[in-house]
Amino acid sequence: MQMTGAEALLEAMRREGVEVIFGYPGGALLPVYDVLYDTTDIRHILVRHEQGAAHAADGYARASGKVGVCMATSGPGGTNLVTGIATAYMDSIPIVAITGQVPTFAVGKDAFQEADITGITMPITKHNYLITDANELPRIVKEAFHIARTGRPGPVLIDLPRDVQQASIEFEYPEKVQLRGYRPVTTGHARMIERAAEMIDAAERPVIYGGGGITASDAQAELVALAERADIPVTMTLMGKGGFPDDHELSLGMPGMHGTAYANYALHEADLIIALGTRFDDRVTGKLDMFARRAKVIHVDVDPAEIGKNVRPALPIVGDVKQVVGELAKRVKENRHPKWRERIAEWKRQYPLTWKGDGLKPQFVIQEIWKATEGRAVIVTEVGQNQMWAAQFYPCRETRQFLSSGGLGTMGYGLPAAIGAQVARPDRSVWDIAGDGSIQMNIQELASAVAAKLPVKVAILNNGYLGMVRQWQTLFFQDRISHTDISDVTPDFVKLAEAYGAVGLRVTEKSEVTRAIERAMEIDDRPCMIDFHVARDENVMPMVPAGGTVDDMLVE
Amino acid sequence: MTMKHTISVLVNNRPGVLARAAGLFARRGFNIDSLAVSTTNDPDTSRMTIVVDGPDQVLEQISKQLYKLMDVIKVLDHQDEPVVTRELALVKVRADANSRAEIMQTVSIFRANIVDISETTFTVEVTGGAEKIDALINLLSKHGIKEMMRTGRIVLSRGPRTA
Ligand SMILES: Cc1ncc(C[n+]2csc(CCOP(=O)(O)OP(=O)(O)O)c2C)c(N)n1
Ligand SMILES: [Mg+2]
Repeated sequence: MQMTGAEALLEAMRREGVEVIFGYPGGALLPVYDVLYDTTDIRHILVRHEQGAAHAADGYARASGKVGVCMATSGPGGTNLVTGIATAYMDSIPIVAITGQVPTFAVGKDAFQEADITGITMPITKHNYLITDANELPRIVKEAFHIARTGRPGPVLIDLPRDVQQASIEFEYPEKVQLRGYRPVTTGHARMIERAAEMIDAAERPVIYGGGGITASDAQAELVALAERADIPVTMTLMGKGGFPDDHELSLGMPGMHGTAYANYALHEADLIIALGTRFDDRVTGKLDMFARRAKVIHVDVDPAEIGKNVRPALPIVGDVKQVVGELAKRVKENRHPKWRERIAEWKRQYPLTWKGDGLKPQFVIQEIWKATEGRAVIVTEVGQNQMWAAQFYPCRETRQFLSSGGLGTMGYGLPAAIGAQVARPDRSVWDIAGDGSIQMNIQELASAVAAKLPVKVAILNNGYLGMVRQWQTLFFQDRISHTDISDVTPDFVKLAEAYGAVGLRVTEKSEVTRAIERAMEIDDRPCMIDFHVARDENVMPMVPAGGTVDDMLVE
Repeated sequence: MTMKHTISVLVNNRPGVLARAAGLFARRGFNIDSLAVSTTNDPDTSRMTIVVDGPDQVLEQISKQLYKLMDVIKVLDHQDEPVVTRELALVKVRADANSRAEIMQTVSIFRANIVDISETTFTVEVTGGAEKIDALINLLSKHGIKEMMRTGRIVLSRGPRTA
């Protein structure tokens, strides 16, 4: 069929099952937006800043498991996407970003609103394309979605010059992709899996350390089966949260800097660590050569480049985590480790995850949200203390329930990602656990949520500080609070919400918390933002200082 | 352990591939000692030979990262195998009546060629391994080298093995 490049783009997306685009128009995208004018089967959500579009596509992808799509014009539109693309890249989230570009004849000449966005995003995309011939558009879109969602997922960018959008082509959608430089390994080596099973059978103090790969490959059932059969305690990273039910008796919660003391002690004393879809990030390991020194490591990952990057495993297995863990669950012996389990139980009794003191504590707020939502909300976080408390005090049972910028740690991620998540999961209550600093980084997205009638909830843990940085200053810089006290100018968040047409609530007393959360839950046609004036000087504990070991762990 | 590595990379013959590959080295702060790129017997495929100095483990990591690039088809570190390697150099050396005979003799011993002559200079072409070229340059330098250019190293595995 004959059509324009812009029409072909939309048709290709239709074939890929795209149901929503988060975007923002501009001169270099006018032909595409003109096609969107008549498009009814693909929803377009107009953001108020392109960074919001990228995060919303990311939140949509994390919540749904599908590829998220965002779109921006050339030049500043594209550069505004960059933080969102980098966020998705660091956390291996499948998104496709479309950018408008100046016409091909003007590319490379510093034309108006030209930016070399493929050059800029080269190190933060799994792959990117500049389309110079409209006839290649269907194939490239097909490849982009394939690359984004397969293997180790990640963002792909397509730069689309304006004349390419206007060119007329014969649309033919390829059935298959042919990429001779891209063949992700999916099936783990059978002999290696056999040996891994033997190592697991022989271990006395095994620990499973799972990451985002559990979510990406949808391996929760296999993981639970393996852990239960071989009686292995499980610690899940921030990225993996929900990949193993937090309320399971074998759950150790999160490892690392703000992980539970018992997860860190267990890793420290383990004789075998089974690392699944995870990358030994410095926030987990602390000082690398002291990390889990007593343990042999089995490392399973779909990305061969992760294996041996930080930790040299005794046994590497390249493959899809779901497949490998499924095989392992079948092959390991049924086992019990009563002594090891008791040792862990003792740590749990000694160092429970809790907080001290009464009053309007941020941890209490999160616990109340958990209760009110029966643990079933989709929780999105900003970055900082709010993020760590959300991870600690909102136990999750499912994958795709806890969305957080782990790798890049992007303040301003939460609200737009919550918008994406709410679009993906209209059936669920979606909460952005926010800080007073972070929320101001993409506050304009309240307008997008109001316009799209999305009932996202924003819980601001307002401590008047860039709290996490303040915590480091308190603990490691002699309490020299340098430029982290933002209480001098705090916007009136209630008025701000109302100004956007959202509902705003304020809570200053502990006794009001539950009522406010319930009120927010009743609102189903617009966002609701609650400004919780929490205790200002609370620190996130436990804490293993950067580059430290369990021996350096602060517990209160 | 740090050592010179010679890495062959087979890539799709497309714009941007070189920048993507080079970016991976730059990010880790590696200077590429030499680089040669050309198409192969298959016009859709190019072959890059990269010579770089660095710790084994980091280079193994970079090789894996290279492999992850969509346009990279194959990566081969020639660390532990016999290879045929060649470089080519063009050297413009000062040559006057007194030195001409000696230079010509040196050139012939090295099986190099004089490919251009002027009143005052010879331009010498030499191919071979790096040591041979170094040695010739060393001998020519006493006559005064006015200008020179060396290509990057190119490498193929010995025997029937292909990348
Ligand atoms: C875009 C960005 N800039 C700076 C930082 C560094 N940073 C990490 S946490 C934090 C403070 C966040 O403050 P707030 O949102 O109020 O959260 P709190 O820690 O107080 O809960 C800062 C500045 C960051 N992570 N992201
Ligand atoms: Mg704060």
